[in-house]
Amino acid sequence: MSEFLQQLINGIAWGSIYALIALGYTMVYGVLRLINFAHGDVYMVGAFAGFYAVKWLGLAQEPTIFGAVAVFLLSMGCCGILGFVIERGAYKPLRKAPRLTALITAIGVSLFLENAGQLIFGADPKFFPQIIAKKDVISSGGIILTNQQVIVLGVSLLLMVSLQLFVLKTKTGKAMRAVSFNREAASLMGISVDRIISITFVLGSALAGAAAILVGLTNPKIEPLMGIMPGIKAFVAAVLGGIGNIPGAMLGGMIMGIAEVMVVGYLSSTYRDAIAFAILILILLFKPSGLLGGFTGEKA
Amino acid sequence: MQFKKIIFIILVLGFLLLVNYYVPRRMNPYLFQILILIGINIILAVSLNLINGFTGQFSIGHAGFMAIGGYTSAFFTFYFGRNLVPSLTSILLFPWLAKSVIFVSALILGGTLAALAGLIVGIPSLRLKGDYLAIATLGFGEIIRVLILNIDAVGGARGFADIPGYTNLFWVLFFMLLTVVVIRNLINSTHGRAFLSVREDEVAAEAMGINTTYYKVYAFVIGAFFAGIAGGLFGHYLMYLHTNSFTFMRSIEIIIMVVLGGMGSITGSILAAIIFTILPEFLRVVKDYRMVIYSLILIILMLTRPQGIFGLKEFSLLTIRNIFVRKEQVAK
Repeated sequence: MSEFLQQLINGIAWGSIYALIALGYTMVYGVLRLINFAHGDVYMVGAFAGFYAVKWLGLAQEPTIFGAVAVFLLSMGCCGILGFVIERGAYKPLRKAPRLTALITAIGVSLFLENAGQLIFGADPKFFPQIIAKKDVISSGGIILTNQQVIVLGVSLLLMVSLQLFVLKTKTGKAMRAVSFNREAASLMGISVDRIISITFVLGSALAGAAAILVGLTNPKIEPLMGIMPGIKAFVAAVLGGIGNIPGAMLGGMIMGIAEVMVVGYLSSTYRDAIAFAILILILLFKPSGLLGGFTGEKA
Repeated sequence: MQFKKIIFIILVLGFLLLVNYYVPRRMNPYLFQILILIGINIILAVSLNLINGFTGQFSIGHAGFMAIGGYTSAFFTFYFGRNLVPSLTSILLFPWLAKSVIFVSALILGGTLAALAGLIVGIPSLRLKGDYLAIATLGFGEIIRVLILNIDAVGGARGFADIPGYTNLFWVLFFMLLTVVVIRNLINSTHGRAFLSVREDEVAAEAMGINTTYYKVYAFVIGAFFAGIAGGLFGHYLMYLHTNSFTFMRSIEIIIMVVLGGMGSITGSILAAIIFTILPEFLRVVKDYRMVIYSLILIILMLTRPQGIFGLKEFSLLTIRNIFVRKEQVAK
């Protein structure tokens, strides 16, 4: 039982990271109807931005709370800017093109970031320094809960709740929902669609940057190709919860994280990548709109 | 007419045998390998074009079908085929004939199993469209890969080594031509019109009495069959298979060929398969920047020519003639 609880804790911590990445997918998909394949690679760039920020601030030797927050914000900022550049440079010219074209362009951007990453950062894995020293908060009855896991869960919940409030309560959030509902009608109502799309990209990418630093805390190995699999799985998580739906992305991310950790714990680590897709196919077959998505008939 | 056709086929086969005899002796092995890979990529691109381009479904799981075909046929030749060679030789007199019979049956077996997988993957297309179908096929492709990774009889994570090297230029060109001819004829038949109608407007097609589900699954099955054959050729050429060759990046490479060649243009797919097999080799001169430039070319091509090189059009000698004729008419 204690082993199961331990796996559950690890799964929730891992799932909250998927959830953060999934939010970026879900937001972009909501406004643009585009699977932003480059999102996973934005997350990778976030990890490296954090890595160099730690070096630059000299935090590896003496970790401080302020330093950790600074690294966090720097990484989110870098990712936000990158998201903006990608949207303006690669996706904006294709607003009127068929969706497949935009998808292939997204794949191109993803390949570009991966290969440019290998060129700039080097292909070998790097070790993300411990910016917050590891301590056990609870360690009894065979269960270990570290302060890092608490931080991961706390920070991601905080970000998700603030995002939800932003989307539901602010004017920009309202405009975002309007654009995702009907782009033409929104622009007729005086909403600057391009601006909203850019804001969405910046927000989503910043969340990927946050996820990258949280991953750096618990799984410190970073490399230029680290974004591919988490990227796809986070998209699966978004679909699982109901795409375009923020609480859905959180739920989907948690389910994915827990399922994956359980499979690694009780079956075999080689099936780790298969479980995500097996869940996805089952969901698509039985409830294509996702767990929290409304009924829309066939998904177009 | 029938007689003429047979003569034509015999002439083509004779030509392929001649090519198969002379080219490997005259060409350096590096270029020869690229030539083989071009052939295999053409099979993959044209078969995926049937699903993505002509039927308008969006599959990113082609590498999965390829893996099934490759591993099945390799399993067959490795465990049964090799032991059958002596006994078959005593019946068919020539060892090469026996090997060919075994190889072709292995490929067809691989293709059939891949087609079966296509049937299974095709069924969700009853419910899913667009991006959802794309992500589901991606999932199927990855599941197939992970399952193969866990089968010890085909090497698992070590990879499947010592596959007999039966693939030669003749078989690659033969199956390449077969794929192109079958899919071209299929598209120009009554069935082909049905495929196109599903792509153009599914609701209208259904209203006209076309069983859209049937045609979607049909496209998946045929496309998967040829992808399986391509996988078999690939495995028996490299004599080694590893699941890392069949990740979703492989599927994406094939999609890039289809989209940049023009969705719905067979000649476009062929040209794009040639270009995108040669381009990464060509870019070896720039060393480390190779893949960066490759991806930049992809983005720029997509931004400047989103409909692909040929769009929906087919390239033929008639097109060239038409261009000249039109110019003359303008001059008059």
